[in-house]
Amino acid sequence: MIKTDILIIGAGPTGLFAVFEAGLLKLKCHLVDALPQAGGQCSEIYPKKPIYDIPGFPEVLAGDLVDNLMEQIKSFQPGFTLGERAETIKKLDDGTFVVTTNKGTEHNAPVVAIAGGLGSFEPRKPLLDNLSKFEDNGVAYMIKDPEVYRDKKVVIAGGGDSALDWSIFLADVASQVTLVHRRNEFRGALDSVEKVQELKNSGKLNLITPAEIIALNGEEKLESVLIRKISDAKEEITLEVDNFIPLFGLSPKLGPIGDWGLEIEKNAIKVDTFDYQTNIPGIYAIGDVNTYPGKLKLILCGFHEATLMCQSAFQKIYPDKKYVMKYTTVGGVSGFDGTKKEAPKAVVKAIE
Amino acid sequence: MTDIKIKITDRDGVLHEIDAPTDMNMNLMEVVRSYELAPEGTIGICGGMAMCASCQCYVLSDTELPEMGDDEEAMLSEAFNVKDNSRLGCQLHITEDMDGLEVELAPEEL
Repeated sequence: MIKTDILIIGAGPTGLFAVFEAGLLKLKCHLVDALPQAGGQCSEIYPKKPIYDIPGFPEVLAGDLVDNLMEQIKSFQPGFTLGERAETIKKLDDGTFVVTTNKGTEHNAPVVAIAGGLGSFEPRKPLLDNLSKFEDNGVAYMIKDPEVYRDKKVVIAGGGDSALDWSIFLADVASQVTLVHRRNEFRGALDSVEKVQELKNSGKLNLITPAEIIALNGEEKLESVLIRKISDAKEEITLEVDNFIPLFGLSPKLGPIGDWGLEIEKNAIKVDTFDYQTNIPGIYAIGDVNTYPGKLKLILCGFHEATLMCQSAFQKIYPDKKYVMKYTTVGGVSGFDGTKKEAPKAVVKAIE
Repeated sequence: MTDIKIKITDRDGVLHEIDAPTDMNMNLMEVVRSYELAPEGTIGICGGMAMCASCQCYVLSDTELPEMGDDEEAMLSEAFNVKDNSRLGCQLHITEDMDGLEVELAPEEL
């Protein structure tokens, strides 16, 4: 069981900055995120997009903002459980919470801060009748262990980076790789597009475009897919395959957090703007995942909410401790790793 | 201030005839949100970067619209429920030329 002071669900900019504000109060944090990397939407959806409304940054790329936040919180040594989705929450007799992920990792903390943004990113599933029947029986939306596909016949659908990259990778592993996309054009890194072109030319990859998969067939497990060419002729092809991997990107879903007994309004968690606490004492919600009168889904608002949340969390954890907020210009930043950053002392010297 | 008239059929099939401002730097997705014609959190998820298809709509009138950019075309090629008249609302900047536009919101991706 992982123990911490504040368990933060969501490692986007708001969750990351909460680590800093908590660290100033000597509170330790651990973050859980369904994505395999920190940064939330900034890393997953728009790492190369410039943001213009972060105070003090006339322009900053979303990916760089995440890098900076990671650097800012480094000395507070946050823990991370990445690639796992927070699934259930349980309140213990001592008033602390246990949050368990979909992979069974347990986290224990007196305070839980949900910084879940738009929710956890789930693979977008194509609209096919018997899709769920074949999940884990030939259909997968993510590739965890490429060896599963060794010497298998695989069909991949999609036109983005992950469809291209996995087609390239599996071309050397699987006995046959077919890439199906609705258009002739692919949206990905130039060298990936060129590599797929090469593999196609050399016959190592079967490319079917513009086309889409319209049906799945099989008794127990997937045996074939029906591919329809999107052309005037609407030609249909039955392709024998062992595996179908639709890679249509990810879309956010509020997910299991929606069943935690929290008050939900407009797909967001209602909070009290005094300290961003939810209807369950000890559970806070900060950033895009919360709602209150006048709410704006802005990163800069998330930073503010994270700051006030930490003050309230401190009082909840240490109800008897006297405390006043200290400026970093005055108190510096003392990391949990023993480092200390502070303003250089002014020189006091007589001028003769 | 100049407003234009737009007819929007929501996901429940209800027709709304609304006034959309041309001087507020708004796109069609934002107009839909400002009138709350689709629940918050089900439209404009990516904020308007053509990176999700939650604002997909079907254009019903023969109103002349700006051509699709690469981003919009790429996103629609990956989206579901796409038809020949699909567009992303977030890429349709409201202008006076759009007066009389009629659209239907595409179903929510589940």
